[in-house]
Formats: sequence, C-alpha cells, structure tokens
Amino acid sequence: MTFRELPAVAQDAVRQALGAGATDAECTIAEGDEFSANVRMGELETLKEAGSRGAGLRVLIGKRMGASYTSDLTPEGIRQMVRSAIDLAALTTEDPHAGLPEAEELGSLAGDLQLFSGETAGLPTERRIEMAKRAEAAALAVDPRITNSEGASFDSTVSGRVFANSRGFLGSYRTSYCSVSAVPVATQNGGMERDYWFTVARNYKGLEDPETVGRKAAQRALRRLGAVKVETQRAPVIFEPRIAKSLLGNIFDAVDGRAIYRRASFLAGKLGEKIANESVTIIDDGTIPGLFGTSPFDDEGVPTRRTPVIERGILKNYLLNSYTARKLSLKTTGNASRGITGNAGIGYGNFLLEAGERSQEEIIRSVKNGFFVTELIGSGVNTVTGDYSRGAVGMWIRDGELAFPVSEVTIASTLQEMLNGIGAIGNDLEFQSSISAPTIMIGEMTVAGR
Amino acid sequence: MSFSESFFTAKFGITQRDLEAYLAEALGRGGDYADLYFEYLATSSISIDESIVKSATQGVSLGVGVRVIAGERTGYAYSDDLSPEKIRHAAQVAALIASGPSKVDQTPLEEGRKRNLYPVLTAPSETAFKERVELAQRADHAARAYDSRIFQVQVTYADNLRHVMIATSDGVLSFDRQPLARMSVLVLARQGDGIPQQGHSGGGGRYELEYFRTERTPEFFAGEAARQAIVQLDAVEAPAGEQIVVLGPGWPGVLLHEAVGHGLEADFNRKGVSAFSGRIGQQVASPLCTVVDDGTIGGRRGSLNVDDEGNETQRNVLIENGILRGYLQDKLSSRITRASATGNGRRESYEHIPMPRMTNTFMLAGESDPADIIRSVPRGLYCANFGGGQVDITSGNFVFSASESYLIEDGKLTAPVRNATLIGNGPEAMKYVSMVGNDLRLDEGVGVCGKEGQSVPVGVGIPTVRIDRMTVGGTA
Repeated sequence: MTFRELPAVAQDAVRQALGAGATDAECTIAEGDEFSANVRMGELETLKEAGSRGAGLRVLIGKRMGASYTSDLTPEGIRQMVRSAIDLAALTTEDPHAGLPEAEELGSLAGDLQLFSGETAGLPTERRIEMAKRAEAAALAVDPRITNSEGASFDSTVSGRVFANSRGFLGSYRTSYCSVSAVPVATQNGGMERDYWFTVARNYKGLEDPETVGRKAAQRALRRLGAVKVETQRAPVIFEPRIAKSLLGNIFDAVDGRAIYRRASFLAGKLGEKIANESVTIIDDGTIPGLFGTSPFDDEGVPTRRTPVIERGILKNYLLNSYTARKLSLKTTGNASRGITGNAGIGYGNFLLEAGERSQEEIIRSVKNGFFVTELIGSGVNTVTGDYSRGAVGMWIRDGELAFPVSEVTIASTLQEMLNGIGAIGNDLEFQSSISAPTIMIGEMTVAGR
Repeated sequence: MSFSESFFTAKFGITQRDLEAYLAEALGRGGDYADLYFEYLATSSISIDESIVKSATQGVSLGVGVRVIAGERTGYAYSDDLSPEKIRHAAQVAALIASGPSKVDQTPLEEGRKRNLYPVLTAPSETAFKERVELAQRADHAARAYDSRIFQVQVTYADNLRHVMIATSDGVLSFDRQPLARMSVLVLARQGDGIPQQGHSGGGGRYELEYFRTERTPEFFAGEAARQAIVQLDAVEAPAGEQIVVLGPGWPGVLLHEAVGHGLEADFNRKGVSAFSGRIGQQVASPLCTVVDDGTIGGRRGSLNVDDEGNETQRNVLIENGILRGYLQDKLSSRITRASATGNGRRESYEHIPMPRMTNTFMLAGESDPADIIRSVPRGLYCANFGGGQVDITSGNFVFSASESYLIEDGKLTAPVRNATLIGNGPEAMKYVSMVGNDLRLDEGVGVCGKEGQSVPVGVGIPTVRIDRMTVGGTA
C-alpha cells in the first residue's frame, strides 16, 4: 500500500465506525521510514533502516469516547480496530465536553509549506555514512585532549500523516528531516567530559557542514575540562540558546490548556495579567514554511496559526485543542497533538521567544560575577507551583569573561521570578527545532554548590 | 511449551525451519551473528479525570526486528508485516552491514530451560475491560474522600501483554509471555486560595488483576498520593548547599540507578566513556554498600524470564562492600570483551536495537535501625520520595528530584520542604554513605528508564541510608 492509498483507508475506517453506531469518528494514519548510521572512532558502528505504519481511531457515541489502534492496515485489521473502539465507547462515562471541532473550524493551510524534500530520501547510504565520519574526524582533530568519542551519526526520517473525520475533513502531508551530530569525549588529569553538537534540516543541503558540527562539539567538551563546584550563592544566570529552549518548554507546559482547566499551572487564571518582564514576547506559530514545528493542520484537522502567548510580558493566550477550548469557553488555537492513539493532547507549532538586540558576548560582558549555563540535567521543574531546581553545568563569569568551568551544582528559583527577572535577551535566535530561543539572562538565581 | 504450541506458530504459522531460513538470509553476506526478535504487543489504557472516564484505548502492534553483527558493527532492520517476503527483505537489509561470503555455521535452534517468574494465568489485559475501569474508579473515589482540600484527581490504569519469540544464530530459541500492569494516581490539593500542590503515587508489576484487589488496592495508591499533596501544603523552602542527606527506603533507590547503574552498562565501559570505565576491583562506594541488579524477582516490573536477546536474566552483583565487581552486559559488548552474559540485553520494541539495561537495581540491607539513622543527624534533609533522575555517565554527575522531603533538626523530622534537586558525582557520592538501614524496600513498580531514546520498565530499591555529604539545590 502506497502513501496515496492511505486517505481512502482512513475514510473507510470513519465510514465503518459511523455504520457501527458512532455519532462521530476520526482516523489518523501515520507512517515513517527511519534511517540511522553511527560511526565511532572512524568505523561504521551501526546501520539501521526500516519503516512502519499504524492507524488510530477515535469514536464518539453521543458524549462517550472509545479509541483503538493497530499496525495491521489490512481490511480485517481495520475492521477489528473499528469494533474495538465501538466496544470501548460503551465503557466510558459521558463527558459533556467531548467531541470533534466544529465543521467551520476545520481546514488546511494552502501552499507549499516546504516540509518535505525528496532529495533527503534519495541521498545514498555511503554519503550519509561519510557525513557522520567527517563530523567525528573533525572533532577528534581539534585537540590532543579529545581522546575518545561516543560517536557521530547521520539520522533521517521521512514521515507521512493522514487524517480524516466524520465532519468532512480529509488531509495528508509528508515531512522529511535529517541531522548530523557528534559526541566527542575530552580527557585531562583523569577527568572526562563529553558534549555534543548537531545540525538539522528538512533537506540535507541545509545542514551545517559536518566539520563545523564536529569542531563545535569538541570545543564544547574541551571547555568543560577541570570543572569545579562553586560556593553556594545568589548570582545572575545566563542560559545559552539551547538551554533557554528548555525554559521555554517549561513555559509551554504551563500554558497547555489541559493544565489550565485542571488548575495545575501557575499561569491558570492569569490571562491578561503581567507575568513576565516586558521584554518577553513568546509566540507559537505553526505556519512558518520549512520550520520543524510547521504543519498544514493540527491533529484534529484544524489549520495551524500564529498565536501570541506572552506579549511584552502580558499573558495573552493559552494553547488549546477543541476539547480544552470547550472546557474553558474559548476557541481552539489549532494546537491538538497526538500519536495514533487516544484523545488529542496539546503540542506546539514553532514555539519561540522573540529575539532581543544584544549579542551573547555583550550580555556576558555585562556580568561581573555570574553563571553561564551550557547544560541542565534532571526534571526538577514543577509547573503547578513554579518551583524550579535543576542540575547545571557551564562556565563561571568573572568581570565579563568566561573564567572557568563549573559542574555538580544546581540552579534554583521559581518560574514566576525567572520570567520577571529576565534581564536581557540575545539577538541570536536560531531555528534548530520546533522550540527556539535566543540567549537570556536571569537577574538572580540560587546557585547551590559547596 | 514446545515450538509447535508457541504463540507465533499458532497465530502466524511461523515454523522453526522458517526461523533458520531467515537467520541464514541474515548471515548471507558474512555476518558473525544474527538474531530475530518477534513481538506481539497488546495494550490497554483507561484514564479518569474530573471523575469522568474520559478515555479508554486498546490496540495491537506487532513486528520483527532482524539484527546482524559483523565484528563490532551492527546492522538492523525491522518489519511490521510478518509475511515471509517482508521478513526476508528485513534480513537482507540488516545483512548489508557485513561484506563477504557467508562464513558462520548456524547452530541448530534449541529451546532453553523454562522457568516462569510471572505465572499469570489470566493477564490483566485479558480480563473484562469493565473490571479494570471499576478499579480505576475506586482510586478516584478514594482520593477525593481522603481530604476536602483535594480538588483534582487523575487516575491512569494501563496494562500490556507482550509475546516474544527470539531466535539466534548461536542456537538460542526463547519464547516469553510478559504481562505488565500499572495504576497511577495524581492529585492536586489546595488550602483556601493558596498555591495548589501535587501528590503522586502508583504501582503494579507482572501480576494478575487480583493484585490490585488484594496486595495493593486502588485505595492504597489514592491515599498515598493524597497524603503527599496534603503534606506539601505546609512545605517550606528547601535548603541550598551541601547537607547530610538521609534517603528513606524504596523508591529513593533511584539514586543507585543514576549514580552507579547507568555508569556500569557495558556499552559505555567497552568504549571507555563511563566515569566507571576500567575501575573493576576499585573502591567506588563505602564498604557498607552492596548493590545488585536482579532480573529474577518474581512478579517485579523490572523482571524478565529471558532478556530481549533470549538469555535468562540473573542476579548480578555490581558493587560488593564498596568494591566495583561487574558490568551489565548485552550480546554485542559481551562478544567484544569476551565477558559472560548477564541477561541485561533489553530493547523497547522490535523497532529497537538491544542495549545493556538495568532490571531491578537495589542496595542490600545493612544493620542500622532506621530510627537511629535519623536520630544521628543534627541538621540535614530526609528524602522520602523522588521524581525522576538523570546522569551524565562520562563526568559521572547525576541528579534526582525530591518530591517529598523533610528537614531533620536535632535528630527529628520537622518541616516538609518544597521540591528540590539533589546532585552528586557517581564514583564519589556513595563513598559518603555512613549508615545503611535494615529496612530494604523495593519500589511499588512505576519505574521507566530512558536511554538513547528507548524506554523500558525497571525497578529500584534501597534501605534507609545516611549520606554525609550531598549538594541540595534549594533556595533557602
């Protein structure tokens, strides 16, 4: 069965569900081909290549919901999936807010969103392996202290998605994605540190040069050698872009419509209030051609859009699917997200913090004594209360210069204080994933060490 | 069970001769070793939110993964279609990792010893869906009845039944039927207009559904989640900086999982990228510490009859009286380093390449009375429960997040404190263990371990332990 044949399968599943007593139904089919080549110390280590697909069905019988999925897309597999979802709907409870989006809310963005490149799919295996080898070789050549490597990889995925529902929506799109990454290990006086760098693109021609990836990864690992623990203190903290992204991820969790209706977010009930420094503007935009969070419609068949979340410090919108919109008496923002099974959750399109005017260098120069964070570990963020406490690695700043590496410390505060305390935002916004942020500086956090 | 009675023969007509033919195809270009992993996975889940059964889902996925090893190289391919043409195609793709004429003689397949660590007659996923819905509803009622300050309750019940068949070119043929069920309860409590606080509890294992009626009831998990949320309403800011830390028994064993477990996985050590690389025989913890990884405990979430490469799981001593004893092996690492199998080759599904992974990781009981351990601390932090953890295996730095902890003042537990991350360095942190309690407890069965994008169920455990020095990431 080719991708072109899948829309008919999805429509047929919806038709069968209606025939079996469903009052509404929606079917998602997802397929993906994955490729990955890992090299280590100059040799090919693993090569993986395969594809799979699956279908998921959600039915409503009045206000009761049932769901099922299968990896068997034969007529018998689809029939069983329909039966299973219908049977389960009898066992759930009526939910007054259950349902599909209204017909007039459904739709798909027009035009080429540049999500798929046939050139990526057609790149020969030898070229892929060679790109990974070049990245690793460049990393190993940077400095004699780069003694080892966890390897380098070329990965690619080509995916397709089909969605049909009983209110007349039928849509499909394909995406491609590839990346080159390297993870070198640096050694000095018995201590060992690793770090990584990567590049991603829809078309392999958009990838950063493999040598650049390797060199950046090596420089990052080298910079961590000889790290020390600092005294426990309160100090300004700078997040480099890839770390600022994780903070943005925490903000996303706090504006997720599900957390809002459950009052499980420190931002619940705060619409229209000032919750951040006025330099902060956070946007979700699923419409920007070529970017990693772009799609023509969300996972309920609602067109994606641009939604301001925080505008100059004021909380403007939560991110919603049709269910959470009904719960909150609001309109869906086209942020439904799901795998092939169960109810739709909430996901972001391209979730980004708008760039400021200063370069990262200028921001570092403005700090007399502070912490430049290059890695965070652990999951110590509570978006219900806003409590924030995570393990951190980075460089200590003395008189505006990166002075020495720091590890085995934590940084702690609350998300409320951090949002209000954002003192500077960099001009270095780059799109390397569906969540993007420039460098940010937070006025003060507790750094716990010795 | 003989081959002819196996699940995959009955359902898909796959014979032993077929398996041998697929393995031959996989070795057709000269690989040294090949294996096949057939998987049929049926899952169900129920979620209750606002006392409404909002979702009930079930489904099936199946497929086969084919792996070929040539020297240190691995080729991998899979198919979600069990037709002979598709399996042969996957075998041919995996075979491309090797180049040259076929050279290994396949060992005839022979079934290994049978044992059953989870003798479950009717798996939870084979019971009436309604029974499972009712159990989840009991948890919802119990959590709401616990205290009027509880205002949100989410209950999730999920189970799966996995059938696997593993065949290898060195003659291993294994079948397993792996049931697994878990219930979890998440509640929010609020005092007046104050900030809501969360409580979370859950558990399960490879048991019949009866386990949730007799051993660990929905009311047990609900009460535990509600209790934690209510305690948290009075929490004070966590201290910042180095402290004496006492870990309570059970789930805080996640410390071992992060601080030592991952660092002892053989793939990292073979490559020399773990902070524990080359340290076998060295002192890496206080002499009070003996840490094991045991995949053979009946019914436990992390237990397996055979690992995902067809080898029996076993009890492996990782650290004995503070001395590093061994690594956790998978097929590839044990082939390369000529080490014995430890039964730790695991994978998330047929789409994934096996790796060395933990099963149930815990510290053996010591001799101290837990009450004496707390009494011995003039000022410190007592951690009763944790959220997740993470480790950088190369530097050895690890963190874990305390979700329920208390100040210790003059040998007594006083105020509950807010969530805080604890951080330490693997080979160093455990040297500061100065007392080990006689109260070893295993966790309730909720652990999920992630590594290189693959999730597998695991267990942890620990007795009450005093650590003289650890950095606590609070704000006070």
